[in-house]
Amino acid sequence: MYDKSKIFAGLAVFVVVMTYPFWNNIGSAAYVRPELEKPKNSQACVENVELMRTEHMSMLNEWRDEVVRDGVHEYHSKTSNQVFQKSLTKTCMKCHENKDKFCDKCHNTVAVDPYCWDCHVDPKGVQK
Amino acid sequence: MKALYSLFLVFALAAFALLGAGTLGMEKAFGLYIPFLAVAVFVVGFCLRVVDWGKSAVPFCIPTTCGQQESLPWIKQNKIENPSTTCGVVIRMLLEILTFRSLFRNTKVDLHAGTRVAYSSSKWLWLGALAFHYAFLITVVRHLRFFTEPVPGLIATLDAMDSLLQIGAPTLYLSNLIFVAALLYLFLRRVVVPQVRYISQVQDYFPLFLILGIAFSGIFMRYFAKVDIISVKQLTMGLVTFSWVIPDGIGAMFYVHIFLVSVLLAYFPLSKLMHMGGVFLSPTRNMNCASRKYRHVNPWKFENVHYHTYEEYEDEFREKMVEKGLPVDKPLAEGAE
Repeated sequence: MYDKSKIFAGLAVFVVVMTYPFWNNIGSAAYVRPELEKPKNSQACVENVELMRTEHMSMLNEWRDEVVRDGVHEYHSKTSNQVFQKSLTKTCMKCHENKDKFCDKCHNTVAVDPYCWDCHVDPKGVQK
Repeated sequence: MKALYSLFLVFALAAFALLGAGTLGMEKAFGLYIPFLAVAVFVVGFCLRVVDWGKSAVPFCIPTTCGQQESLPWIKQNKIENPSTTCGVVIRMLLEILTFRSLFRNTKVDLHAGTRVAYSSSKWLWLGALAFHYAFLITVVRHLRFFTEPVPGLIATLDAMDSLLQIGAPTLYLSNLIFVAALLYLFLRRVVVPQVRYISQVQDYFPLFLILGIAFSGIFMRYFAKVDIISVKQLTMGLVTFSWVIPDGIGAMFYVHIFLVSVLLAYFPLSKLMHMGGVFLSPTRNMNCASRKYRHVNPWKFENVHYHTYEEYEDEFREKMVEKGLPVDKPLAEGAE
Protein backbone atom coordinates (compact mmCIF):
# COMPACT_ATOMS: atom_id res chain seq x y z
CA MET A 1 0.00 0.00 0.00
CA TYR A 2 1.37 3.38 -1.03
CA ASP A 3 1.29 6.27 1.47
CA LYS A 4 -0.19 4.07 4.16
CA SER A 5 0.36 6.62 6.91
CA LYS A 6 -1.27 9.43 4.95
CA ILE A 7 -4.32 7.37 4.01
CA PHE A 8 -4.86 6.14 7.56
CA ALA A 9 -4.31 9.63 8.97
CA GLY A 10 -6.94 10.91 6.52
CA LEU A 11 -9.36 8.16 7.47
CA ALA A 12 -8.80 8.85 11.17
CA VAL A 13 -9.72 12.50 10.60
CA PHE A 14 -12.78 11.38 8.64
CA VAL A 15 -13.99 9.04 11.38
CA VAL A 16 -13.40 11.60 14.13
CA VAL A 17 -15.25 14.34 12.23
CA MET A 18 -18.15 12.12 11.19
CA THR A 19 -18.72 10.72 14.67
CA TYR A 20 -18.49 14.16 16.31
CA PRO A 21 -22.11 14.08 17.60
CA PHE A 22 -21.43 10.74 19.29
CA TRP A 23 -18.16 11.43 21.10
CA ASN A 24 -18.99 15.06 21.81
CA ASN A 25 -21.90 13.99 24.01
CA ILE A 26 -20.03 11.38 26.00
CA GLY A 27 -20.17 12.22 29.68
CA SER A 28 -22.71 15.00 29.35
CA ALA A 29 -26.04 14.69 31.09
CA ALA A 30 -28.90 13.14 29.13
CA TYR A 31 -30.85 15.65 27.12
CA VAL A 32 -34.17 16.65 28.66
CA ARG A 33 -36.89 18.77 27.21
CA PRO A 34 -36.50 22.34 28.57
CA GLU A 35 -38.77 23.05 31.56
CA LEU A 36 -40.83 26.13 30.82
CA GLU A 37 -42.27 28.40 33.48
CA LYS A 38 -46.05 27.99 33.48
CA PRO A 39 -48.11 31.18 33.82
CA LYS A 40 -49.69 31.68 37.24
CA ASN A 41 -52.50 33.98 36.14
CA SER A 42 -53.94 32.05 33.25
CA GLN A 43 -55.05 28.56 32.26
CA ALA A 44 -55.05 28.64 28.46
CA CYS A 45 -53.03 30.31 25.75
CA VAL A 46 -54.56 32.09 22.74
CA GLU A 47 -54.52 28.78 20.86
CA ASN A 48 -53.91 25.17 21.85
CA VAL A 49 -50.46 24.05 22.86
CA GLU A 50 -49.65 22.02 19.72
CA LEU A 51 -50.42 24.97 17.47
CA MET A 52 -48.51 27.38 19.70
CA ARG A 53 -45.46 25.12 19.72
CA THR A 54 -45.21 24.88 15.96
CA GLU A 55 -46.77 28.12 14.77
CA HIS A 56 -46.11 30.85 17.37
CA MET A 57 -43.35 32.41 15.28
CA SER A 58 -45.53 32.70 12.20
CA MET A 59 -48.38 34.02 14.31
CA LEU A 60 -46.23 36.76 15.84
CA ASN A 61 -44.90 37.63 12.41
CA GLU A 62 -48.43 37.95 11.05
CA TRP A 63 -49.57 39.93 14.08
CA ARG A 64 -46.79 42.43 13.57
CA ASP A 65 -47.66 42.92 9.91
CA GLU A 66 -51.37 43.21 10.58
CA VAL A 67 -50.93 45.69 13.42
CA VAL A 68 -48.24 47.81 11.82
CA ARG A 69 -49.50 47.82 8.24
CA ASP A 70 -53.26 47.34 8.48
CA GLY A 71 -54.01 48.62 11.99
CA VAL A 72 -55.90 45.45 12.90
CA HIS A 73 -55.37 44.96 16.60
CA GLU A 74 -57.86 42.22 17.49
CA TYR A 75 -57.08 38.53 17.33
CA HIS A 76 -60.00 36.13 17.38
CA SER A 77 -58.89 32.82 18.82
CA LYS A 78 -59.79 29.76 16.80
CA THR A 79 -60.00 27.51 19.85
CA SER A 80 -61.67 29.60 22.55
CA ASN A 81 -63.74 32.30 20.79
CA GLN A 82 -61.96 34.88 22.90
CA VAL A 83 -60.57 38.12 21.56
CA PHE A 84 -57.00 39.09 22.29
CA GLN A 85 -54.92 42.13 21.56
CA LYS A 86 -52.21 41.39 19.01
CA SER A 87 -49.25 42.32 21.14
CA LEU A 88 -46.12 40.55 22.24
CA THR A 89 -45.54 42.57 25.38
CA LYS A 90 -49.19 43.17 26.32
CA THR A 91 -50.66 39.76 25.52
CA CYS A 92 -47.96 37.07 25.38
CA MET A 93 -45.76 38.51 28.08
CA LYS A 94 -48.67 39.30 30.38
CA CYS A 95 -48.66 35.59 31.25
CA HIS A 96 -45.22 34.47 30.09
CA GLU A 97 -43.62 37.21 32.09
CA ASN A 98 -40.05 36.13 32.06
CA LYS A 99 -38.19 35.86 28.76
CA ASP A 100 -35.30 33.96 30.35
CA LYS A 101 -37.57 31.34 31.86
CA PHE A 102 -39.84 30.91 28.88
CA CYS A 103 -38.78 32.14 25.41
CA ASP A 104 -35.05 31.63 25.74
CA LYS A 105 -35.28 28.09 27.09
CA CYS A 106 -36.30 26.53 23.79
CA HIS A 107 -34.73 29.13 21.53
CA ASN A 108 -31.31 28.53 23.07
CA THR A 109 -31.45 24.77 22.82
CA VAL A 110 -32.04 24.89 19.06
CA ALA A 111 -29.84 27.96 18.46
CA VAL A 112 -32.69 30.20 17.37
CA ASP A 113 -32.12 33.91 17.91
CA PRO A 114 -35.36 35.70 17.07
CA TYR A 115 -35.10 39.37 16.33
CA CYS A 116 -38.14 40.30 18.50
CA TRP A 117 -35.78 41.90 21.00
CA ASP A 118 -34.14 44.13 18.44
CA CYS A 119 -37.13 46.45 19.00
CA HIS A 120 -39.11 45.08 21.97
CA VAL A 121 -37.81 45.28 25.50
CA ASP A 122 -38.02 42.43 27.93
CA PRO A 123 -39.98 44.06 30.79
CA LYS A 124 -38.69 41.75 33.49
CA GLY A 125 -35.22 41.63 32.06
CA VAL A 126 -34.53 45.21 33.17
CA GLN A 127 -34.93 44.33 36.83
CA LYS A 128 -32.15 41.77 36.81
CA MET B 1 -36.73 7.49 -18.76
CA LYS B 2 -33.75 6.99 -16.49
CA ALA B 3 -34.62 10.25 -14.73
CA LEU B 4 -38.22 9.14 -14.29
CA TYR B 5 -37.08 5.80 -12.93
CA SER B 6 -34.90 7.57 -10.33
CA LEU B 7 -37.69 9.98 -9.46
CA PHE B 8 -40.07 7.07 -8.98
CA LEU B 9 -37.51 5.36 -6.75
CA VAL B 10 -37.23 8.41 -4.49
CA PHE B 11 -41.02 8.74 -4.34
CA ALA B 12 -41.25 5.07 -3.43
CA LEU B 13 -38.70 5.55 -0.62
CA ALA B 14 -40.61 8.55 0.73
CA ALA B 15 -43.88 6.62 0.52
CA PHE B 16 -42.22 3.70 2.30
CA ALA B 17 -41.25 5.98 5.19
CA LEU B 18 -44.71 7.60 5.26
CA LEU B 19 -46.33 4.20 5.38
CA GLY B 20 -43.91 2.69 7.88
CA ALA B 21 -43.59 5.55 10.36
CA GLY B 22 -46.95 7.17 9.72
CA THR B 23 -49.49 4.44 9.18
CA LEU B 24 -47.89 1.35 10.65
CA GLY B 25 -46.46 3.20 13.64
CA MET B 26 -42.90 1.96 13.25
CA GLU B 27 -41.39 5.20 14.54
CA LYS B 28 -38.66 3.34 16.40
CA ALA B 29 -37.39 1.66 13.25
CA PHE B 30 -37.50 4.77 11.09
CA GLY B 31 -36.41 7.24 13.75
CA LEU B 32 -33.68 5.26 15.51
CA TYR B 33 -32.61 1.88 14.14
CA ILE B 34 -32.40 2.72 10.45
CA PRO B 35 -30.57 6.06 10.95
CA PHE B 36 -28.09 4.45 13.34
CA LEU B 37 -27.43 1.55 10.98
CA ALA B 38 -27.09 3.98 8.09
CA VAL B 39 -24.42 5.99 9.93
CA ALA B 40 -22.54 2.76 10.69
CA VAL B 41 -22.73 1.63 7.05
CA PHE B 42 -21.59 5.08 5.94
CA VAL B 43 -18.53 5.33 8.20
CA VAL B 44 -17.39 1.70 7.88
CA GLY B 45 -18.20 1.44 4.17
CA PHE B 46 -16.42 4.70 3.43
CA CYS B 47 -13.26 3.50 5.20
CA LEU B 48 -13.34 0.12 3.44
CA ARG B 49 -13.67 1.78 0.03
CA VAL B 50 -10.77 4.13 0.76
CA VAL B 51 -8.55 1.30 2.05
CA ASP B 52 -9.43 -0.71 -1.05
CA TRP B 53 -8.37 2.20 -3.25
CA GLY B 54 -5.24 2.65 -1.17
CA LYS B 55 -4.31 -0.97 -1.85
CA SER B 56 -4.67 -0.65 -5.61
CA ALA B 57 -1.47 -0.46 -7.54
CA VAL B 58 -0.35 2.81 -9.03
CA PRO B 59 1.94 1.40 -11.70
CA PHE B 60 2.81 4.68 -13.36
CA CYS B 61 3.41 8.26 -12.39
CA ILE B 62 0.36 9.77 -14.04
CA PRO B 63 -0.28 13.31 -12.80
CA THR B 64 -2.00 15.59 -15.27
CA THR B 65 -0.01 18.73 -15.84
CA CYS B 66 -1.28 22.10 -16.91
CA GLY B 67 1.85 24.19 -16.86
CA GLN B 68 5.58 24.28 -17.33
CA GLN B 69 7.44 21.47 -15.61
CA GLU B 70 10.46 22.14 -13.44
CA SER B 71 13.29 22.46 -15.89
CA LEU B 72 16.38 24.59 -16.44
CA PRO B 73 16.72 27.43 -13.95
CA TRP B 74 15.90 30.15 -16.50
CA ILE B 75 12.64 28.50 -17.56
CA LYS B 76 9.86 29.61 -15.25
CA GLN B 77 8.09 26.67 -13.65
CA ASN B 78 4.37 26.69 -12.91
CA LYS B 79 4.71 25.57 -9.30
CA ILE B 80 1.02 24.87 -8.66
CA GLU B 81 -0.19 23.43 -11.95
CA ASN B 82 2.95 21.33 -12.33
CA PRO B 83 4.28 20.89 -8.81
CA SER B 84 7.62 19.28 -8.13
CA THR B 85 7.51 19.62 -4.36
CA THR B 86 5.13 18.26 -1.71
CA CYS B 87 4.16 21.82 -0.82
CA GLY B 88 3.13 22.45 -4.43
CA VAL B 89 1.10 19.24 -4.49
CA VAL B 90 -0.66 20.24 -1.26
CA ILE B 91 -1.59 23.65 -2.70
CA ARG B 92 -2.80 22.00 -5.89
CA MET B 93 -4.92 19.52 -3.91
CA LEU B 94 -6.35 22.28 -1.71
CA LEU B 95 -7.37 24.23 -4.81
CA GLU B 96 -8.92 21.08 -6.22
CA ILE B 97 -10.83 20.15 -3.08
CA LEU B 98 -11.90 23.60 -1.92
CA THR B 99 -12.46 25.37 -5.23
CA PHE B 100 -12.90 22.51 -7.77
CA ARG B 101 -9.99 23.71 -9.91
CA SER B 102 -10.41 21.08 -12.61
CA LEU B 103 -14.09 21.87 -13.12
CA PHE B 104 -13.07 25.51 -13.52
CA ARG B 105 -11.09 24.37 -16.54
CA ASN B 106 -14.22 22.91 -18.12
CA THR B 107 -14.65 23.74 -21.80
CA LYS B 108 -17.41 23.27 -24.29
CA VAL B 109 -17.15 22.46 -27.96
CA ASP B 110 -19.14 24.40 -30.56
CA LEU B 111 -19.37 24.24 -34.30
CA HIS B 112 -19.02 27.68 -35.79
CA ALA B 113 -20.21 28.36 -39.34
CA GLY B 114 -21.10 24.70 -39.73
CA THR B 115 -17.67 23.14 -39.79
CA ARG B 116 -15.27 25.22 -37.71
CA VAL B 117 -14.74 23.66 -34.26
CA ALA B 118 -14.34 26.11 -31.42
CA TYR B 119 -13.64 25.46 -27.78
CA SER B 120 -14.79 27.97 -25.23
CA SER B 121 -14.70 28.27 -21.49
CA SER B 122 -17.78 27.03 -19.66
CA LYS B 123 -18.01 27.96 -16.02
CA TRP B 124 -21.65 27.09 -15.28
CA LEU B 125 -20.97 23.54 -14.14
CA TRP B 126 -18.20 24.78 -11.88
CA LEU B 127 -20.44 27.48 -10.42
CA GLY B 128 -23.37 25.09 -9.93
CA ALA B 129 -21.16 22.44 -8.34
CA LEU B 130 -19.50 24.95 -6.03
CA ALA B 131 -22.83 26.44 -4.95
CA PHE B 132 -24.32 23.01 -4.36
CA HIS B 133 -21.41 21.59 -2.37
CA TYR B 134 -20.95 24.62 -0.13
CA ALA B 135 -24.69 24.99 0.50
CA PHE B 136 -24.75 21.30 1.41
CA LEU B 137 -21.80 21.72 3.76
CA ILE B 138 -23.45 24.70 5.49
CA THR B 139 -26.69 22.73 5.80
CA VAL B 140 -24.95 19.74 7.35
CA VAL B 141 -22.97 21.86 9.82
CA ARG B 142 -26.11 23.82 10.70
CA HIS B 143 -27.87 20.57 11.58
CA LEU B 144 -25.36 19.99 14.38
CA ARG B 145 -27.62 22.21 16.50
CA PHE B 146 -29.77 19.10 16.90
CA PHE B 147 -26.83 16.98 18.05
CA THR B 148 -25.11 19.25 20.56
CA GLU B 149 -26.21 20.67 23.89
CA PRO B 150 -25.38 23.46 24.50
CA VAL B 151 -25.05 24.45 20.86
CA PRO B 152 -21.46 25.63 20.21
CA GLY B 153 -21.17 29.31 19.37
CA LEU B 154 -19.69 28.57 15.98
CA ILE B 155 -22.77 26.59 14.88
CA ALA B 156 -25.14 29.22 16.30
CA THR B 157 -23.19 31.92 14.45
CA LEU B 158 -23.36 29.98 11.21
CA ASP B 159 -27.11 29.62 11.71
CA ALA B 160 -27.46 33.35 12.29
CA MET B 161 -25.33 34.15 9.23
CA ASP B 162 -27.42 31.82 7.11
CA SER B 163 -30.64 33.61 8.15
CA LEU B 164 -29.01 37.00 7.82
CA LEU B 165 -31.77 38.62 5.78
CA GLN B 166 -34.38 37.88 8.50
CA ILE B 167 -37.09 37.07 5.97
CA GLY B 168 -40.23 35.66 7.58
CA ALA B 169 -40.48 33.48 10.66
CA PRO B 170 -38.89 30.99 10.96
CA THR B 171 -36.28 33.01 9.12
CA LEU B 172 -35.40 31.93 5.62
CA TYR B 173 -32.06 30.18 5.30
CA LEU B 174 -30.12 31.53 2.34
CA SER B 175 -28.41 28.18 1.94
CA ASN B 176 -31.87 26.63 1.33
CA LEU B 177 -32.35 28.85 -1.72
CA ILE B 178 -28.85 28.29 -3.09
CA PHE B 179 -29.06 24.55 -2.43
CA VAL B 180 -32.33 23.99 -4.30
CA ALA B 181 -31.38 26.34 -7.13
CA ALA B 182 -28.03 24.61 -7.64
CA LEU B 183 -29.60 21.14 -7.48
CA LEU B 184 -32.24 22.11 -10.03
CA TYR B 185 -29.54 23.52 -12.30
CA LEU B 186 -27.47 20.34 -12.02
CA PHE B 187 -30.56 18.30 -12.84
CA LEU B 188 -31.70 20.48 -15.74
CA ARG B 189 -28.20 20.38 -17.17
CA ARG B 190 -28.43 16.60 -17.34
CA VAL B 191 -31.81 16.70 -19.05
CA VAL B 192 -31.32 19.65 -21.39
CA VAL B 193 -27.78 19.22 -22.72
CA PRO B 194 -28.01 16.33 -25.24
CA GLN B 195 -24.45 15.07 -24.72
CA VAL B 196 -24.87 15.02 -20.94
CA ARG B 197 -28.28 13.39 -21.19
CA TYR B 198 -26.79 10.65 -23.38
CA ILE B 199 -24.21 9.68 -20.75
CA SER B 200 -26.51 10.12 -17.72
CA GLN B 201 -27.49 6.95 -15.92
CA VAL B 202 -29.87 6.07 -13.12
CA GLN B 203 -26.98 6.37 -10.68
CA ASP B 204 -26.53 10.00 -11.79
CA TYR B 205 -30.16 11.01 -11.40
CA PHE B 206 -30.89 9.03 -8.25
CA PRO B 207 -28.61 10.99 -5.86
CA LEU B 208 -29.87 14.25 -7.37
CA PHE B 209 -33.49 13.35 -6.70
CA LEU B 210 -32.67 11.84 -3.34
CA ILE B 211 -30.90 15.00 -2.17
CA LEU B 212 -33.68 17.11 -3.65
CA GLY B 213 -36.18 14.99 -1.72
CA ILE B 214 -34.19 15.54 1.48
CA ALA B 215 -34.08 19.28 0.80
CA PHE B 216 -37.79 19.54 0.06
CA SER B 217 -38.86 17.48 3.08
CA GLY B 218 -36.63 19.63 5.31
CA ILE B 219 -37.86 22.88 3.81
CA PHE B 220 -41.44 21.68 4.11
CA MET B 221 -40.92 20.95 7.82
CA ARG B 222 -39.32 24.32 8.50
CA TYR B 223 -41.59 26.69 6.62
CA PHE B 224 -44.89 24.95 5.87
CA ALA B 225 -46.06 21.98 7.95
CA LYS B 226 -43.95 22.75 11.00
CA VAL B 227 -42.96 20.08 13.48
CA ASP B 228 -42.32 20.45 17.19
CA ILE B 229 -38.61 21.11 16.97
CA ILE B 230 -37.90 20.39 20.65
CA SER B 231 -39.32 16.88 20.25
CA VAL B 232 -37.09 16.44 17.22
CA LYS B 233 -34.09 17.47 19.26
CA GLN B 234 -35.12 15.00 22.00
CA LEU B 235 -35.05 12.25 19.38
CA THR B 236 -31.76 13.28 17.75
CA MET B 237 -29.99 13.81 21.07
CA GLY B 238 -31.27 10.44 22.24
CA LEU B 239 -29.94 8.90 19.06
CA VAL B 240 -26.37 10.11 19.60
CA THR B 241 -26.30 9.49 23.36
CA PHE B 242 -27.74 5.96 23.05
CA SER B 243 -30.69 6.81 25.30
CA TRP B 244 -33.11 6.20 22.49
CA VAL B 245 -36.52 7.83 22.83
CA ILE B 246 -39.40 8.51 20.50
CA PRO B 247 -41.23 11.63 21.69
CA ASP B 248 -44.92 11.87 20.80
CA GLY B 249 -46.29 13.95 18.04
CA ILE B 250 -43.41 14.38 15.61
CA GLY B 251 -45.02 14.65 12.19
CA ALA B 252 -44.58 11.92 9.58
CA MET B 253 -42.65 14.39 7.41
CA PHE B 254 -39.78 14.21 9.88
CA TYR B 255 -39.55 10.44 9.38
CA VAL B 256 -39.55 10.88 5.60
CA HIS B 257 -36.69 13.36 5.98
CA ILE B 258 -34.61 11.19 8.29
CA PHE B 259 -35.30 8.06 6.23
CA LEU B 260 -34.14 9.73 3.00
CA VAL B 261 -31.02 10.94 4.81
CA SER B 262 -30.42 7.38 6.03
CA VAL B 263 -30.78 6.08 2.48
CA LEU B 264 -28.28 8.68 1.29
CA LEU B 265 -25.80 7.71 4.01
CA ALA B 266 -26.11 3.97 3.35
CA TYR B 267 -25.99 4.49 -0.41
CA PHE B 268 -22.95 6.75 -0.16
CA PRO B 269 -20.13 4.15 0.07
CA LEU B 270 -21.67 2.10 -2.75
CA SER B 271 -21.94 4.91 -5.22
CA LYS B 272 -20.37 7.71 -7.18
CA LEU B 273 -20.82 9.91 -4.14
CA MET B 274 -17.57 8.34 -2.94
CA HIS B 275 -15.84 11.11 -4.89
CA MET B 276 -15.82 12.75 -1.46
CA GLY B 277 -13.02 10.38 -0.49
CA GLY B 278 -11.86 9.70 -4.01
CA VAL B 279 -10.86 13.26 -4.72
CA PHE B 280 -8.05 12.88 -2.18
CA LEU B 281 -6.85 9.69 -3.86
CA SER B 282 -6.79 10.86 -7.49
CA PRO B 283 -3.35 9.93 -8.80
CA THR B 284 -3.69 12.48 -11.59
CA ARG B 285 -3.97 15.22 -8.98
CA ASN B 286 -2.06 14.08 -5.91
CA MET B 287 1.17 12.85 -7.48
CA ASN B 288 4.30 14.87 -7.68
CA CYS B 289 5.03 15.97 -11.27
CA ALA B 290 8.71 15.14 -10.95
CA SER B 291 8.87 11.87 -12.83
CA ARG B 292 12.21 12.85 -14.41
CA LYS B 293 13.75 13.62 -11.05
CA TYR B 294 12.50 10.66 -9.02
CA ARG B 295 11.93 7.15 -10.27
CA HIS B 296 8.36 5.93 -9.66
CA VAL B 297 8.58 2.34 -8.45
CA ASN B 298 5.74 0.07 -9.39
CA PRO B 299 4.51 -1.34 -6.10
CA TRP B 300 3.12 -4.48 -7.70
CA LYS B 301 4.62 -7.63 -6.30
CA PHE B 302 4.45 -9.97 -9.23
CA GLU B 303 4.40 -13.15 -7.17
CA ASN B 304 1.08 -11.97 -5.73
CA VAL B 305 -0.50 -11.09 -9.04
CA HIS B 306 -2.43 -13.72 -10.87
CA TYR B 307 -1.95 -13.22 -14.55
CA HIS B 308 -3.17 -15.25 -17.49
CA THR B 309 -0.25 -16.96 -19.23
CA TYR B 310 -0.28 -17.82 -22.91
CA GLU B 311 -0.42 -21.54 -22.06
CA GLU B 312 -3.56 -20.99 -19.98
CA TYR B 313 -5.01 -18.84 -22.74
CA GLU B 314 -4.38 -21.51 -25.33
CA ASP B 315 -5.85 -24.20 -23.06
CA GLU B 316 -8.97 -22.08 -22.76
CA PHE B 317 -9.45 -21.34 -26.45
CA ARG B 318 -7.61 -24.20 -28.23
CA GLU B 319 -10.73 -25.72 -29.68
CA LYS B 320 -11.91 -22.41 -31.14
CA MET B 321 -8.42 -21.56 -32.39
CA VAL B 322 -8.11 -24.86 -34.22
CA GLU B 323 -11.56 -24.36 -35.62
CA LYS B 324 -10.52 -21.01 -37.11
CA GLY B 325 -7.22 -22.42 -38.35
CA LEU B 326 -5.02 -20.45 -35.95
CA PRO B 327 -1.61 -21.97 -35.09
CA VAL B 328 -1.46 -23.66 -31.69
CA ASP B 329 1.55 -24.82 -29.66
CA LYS B 330 -0.10 -28.02 -28.50
CA PRO B 331 -2.34 -29.89 -30.86
CA LEU B 332 -5.86 -30.79 -29.82
CA ALA B 333 -5.86 -33.77 -27.48
CA GLU B 334 -7.03 -37.06 -28.87
CA GLY B 335 -10.73 -37.63 -28.43
CA ALA B 336 -11.37 -34.02 -27.51
CA GLU B 337 -13.42 -33.42 -30.65
